Amino acid sequence: MSVAPGFYLVLAGLMFTIGVVGVLVRRNAIVIFMFIELMLNAVNLMFVTFARQHGTVDGQVLVFFVLVVAAAEVVVGLAIISLIFRHRESANVDAMHLLRR
Amino acid sequence: MIDVVLAAEGGVEAAVDSSNLAPLIIAVPLLMSLLLLVAGRRIGKLAGPLASAAVGTSFVVSFLAFFRLIGIDHGAHPEPVHLYDWITVGDFRIGADFLIDQLSGVMLLVVTGVGALIHVYSIGYMRDDPLYPRFFGYLNLFVAFMLVLVLAENLLLLFVGWEGVGLCSYLLIGFWFEKRSAANAAKKAFIVNRIGDFSFLLGLFLLVGSLGTLSIEGINSESGAMGAGLATIAALLLFGGAAGKSAQIPLYVWLPDAMEGPTPVSALIHAATMVTAGVYMVARMSPLFEASGGAALMVVGIIGAATALWAAVMACFEYDIKKVLAYSTISQLGYMFLALGVGAYSVGIFHLVTHAFFKALMFLGAGAVMHALLGETDMRRMSGLRKVMPITGTTFLLGWLAISGIIPFSGFFSKDAILASAWADHNYALWGVGVATALLTAFYMSRMYFRVFEGPVRVPEGVHVHDAPPTMAAALIPLGILSVVGGLLNLPGVLTLEHFLEPVVGEAHVPEGLTPWILGGIALVVAASGILLARSLYMTRAASVRRRKAQAKAPALVNAARHKFYVDEIYGRGLVLPGKSFSAYLADVFDVRYIDGAIMGTGRVIARAGENLRGLQTGYVRNYAALILFGVVVVLALLLVRVGF
Repeated sequence: MSVAPGFYLVLAGLMFTIGVVGVLVRRNAIVIFMFIELMLNAVNLMFVTFARQHGTVDGQVLVFFVLVVAAAEVVVGLAIISLIFRHRESANVDAMHLLRR
Repeated sequence: MIDVVLAAEGGVEAAVDSSNLAPLIIAVPLLMSLLLLVAGRRIGKLAGPLASAAVGTSFVVSFLAFFRLIGIDHGAHPEPVHLYDWITVGDFRIGADFLIDQLSGVMLLVVTGVGALIHVYSIGYMRDDPLYPRFFGYLNLFVAFMLVLVLAENLLLLFVGWEGVGLCSYLLIGFWFEKRSAANAAKKAFIVNRIGDFSFLLGLFLLVGSLGTLSIEGINSESGAMGAGLATIAALLLFGGAAGKSAQIPLYVWLPDAMEGPTPVSALIHAATMVTAGVYMVARMSPLFEASGGAALMVVGIIGAATALWAAVMACFEYDIKKVLAYSTISQLGYMFLALGVGAYSVGIFHLVTHAFFKALMFLGAGAVMHALLGETDMRRMSGLRKVMPITGTTFLLGWLAISGIIPFSGFFSKDAILASAWADHNYALWGVGVATALLTAFYMSRMYFRVFEGPVRVPEGVHVHDAPPTMAAALIPLGILSVVGGLLNLPGVLTLEHFLEPVVGEAHVPEGLTPWILGGIALVVAASGILLARSLYMTRAASVRRRKAQAKAPALVNAARHKFYVDEIYGRGLVLPGKSFSAYLADVFDVRYIDGAIMGTGRVIARAGENLRGLQTGYVRNYAALILFGVVVVLALLLVRVGF
């Protein structure tokens, strides 16, 4: 059974849009982080789709890179967030605007 | 030494190989000056003999080079020696090329010969100076630069020597720099020379622009193709440099002040060698001056004649023995330019040579007097010195007779040759000025000689007068002999310098038939009457009464001449003050208001912009994310519009 590539792309677009909106509207850093992961995975899905469509493995290889980078990013990001949380008892990004002025 | 080897390896195949010795001649005093300036304190009292030996070596080698020139065919041209390419820009090449031909050969002997004698003299004169080694370091450096100037085969290299001697002149005028007047005189000399050098540099630019070469041979052979107008401008710009270096109107004002330097310096730099560089340069570039069709040469002649007369008048009213000699030098340099102006280049060079002998002699004599009288230079405070200083007095007597133009002393021959050339050129006005100057020259020199060396012995109180010590006498005596016999260099029909110089500067016109004898007779009568006039005003019993009467006839003129015709004041008011106020405007108004204003304004604009843009920086992550999104959308939209799907 096979589904037309267009559906995958639409799904990826939807996931990405949800991710963008989520990043913009949510305040909890952990949640924003998860939306970012969602956007990354939307892109991964596109890569895989196109790889399949063109019959090459380039896209699939790129997905591995994205996964690795995302994992590394999560490690660093979560560490930062947990440190901030320990310091301020909150993960609210709106409370963190020290760079202003 | 290395240079010579290089030159030999370079395989310069010259029929006349006199130039090959040039690097050696320059290198010896140059290296010695470096040694003395670096390690002078360790060398101490040995510095004087070492420096003298260096210049003496150069003199001996110069003689060898000169002998190679004597035997050659009259038409043969010595080739320059090429050391290395100095500047190469496209087709434009300037090499480190040195040339010893008939003209530079003669200069070479004067510079190293008179230079060596003055070095020996300085051993005695500067004996007690705390900066003794440095003095000789500078002196040797000067000789090296002067040799570069004389031997250079292109004008840029000549300019290096030209500036180098200017620098040494500055250093040596201000040698006793703790004296304020000496430091000021050094600055004045340097700055006035800079004006002339600027003109010289413009001349070089013009020559590069129009001919594309700075080689002396190249310029001289192609100057005819330049067109008379351009050649005139180039020649006059070069002459501007000569007027600065050789102290001609209007740039002569530095030379009298330069007498603040030690007397051997005045003798070497400000009488015998450096100040004659302008004369040498004009003679060297004579085809360029000819190419202007007479205009440039006319200016040279008129400036020379005017300077000769002007300085001679001032010399008549000066009481400082060194300054009388300084004005006399200016006047005699004017005489040389007069000769160049009527196209008698070899005659100008002849006078340069004899003048180097007798003027160096008289400066050294004046130095011996100062040495004996503890630095006294006012001729009113001394009298009858020949009786207590026989060597100095007698040699000075020879110099006096030579410059006054009494036969058979050297000055008679060279001065008479100049007057005869002016006559032969049908330039009777210049001839007249020359004769008037000859009269004044004989007068002021006799005035000085009579006041200082004749009459009853009178010296400042508490001074024990001694004659020149051996090292100083060792310079005075040979120069005295040269002042007497120097005229033989160009004795008509015997040994002629003019004939020797012909391949370089062309033939000099001489009057024919009885005319030269009549002209010589006139010159002699004029010189004798100048001396007799001075005698009646300074030697006879009624002298002071007569002087007062003579001065009462034209008090305004006398007063003006005593104040050097207020030229320094006019320059000060007319040029220096406006310059100063312009600089003050630039520093206090223009700089503060416009330059600083522009800088501060730029800063203020940026600060204000930053202030306003700071509002964008909210610190909320969301805002940044939204801006990134907005940016991505804009970029994508642009891509879609420009590239399409």
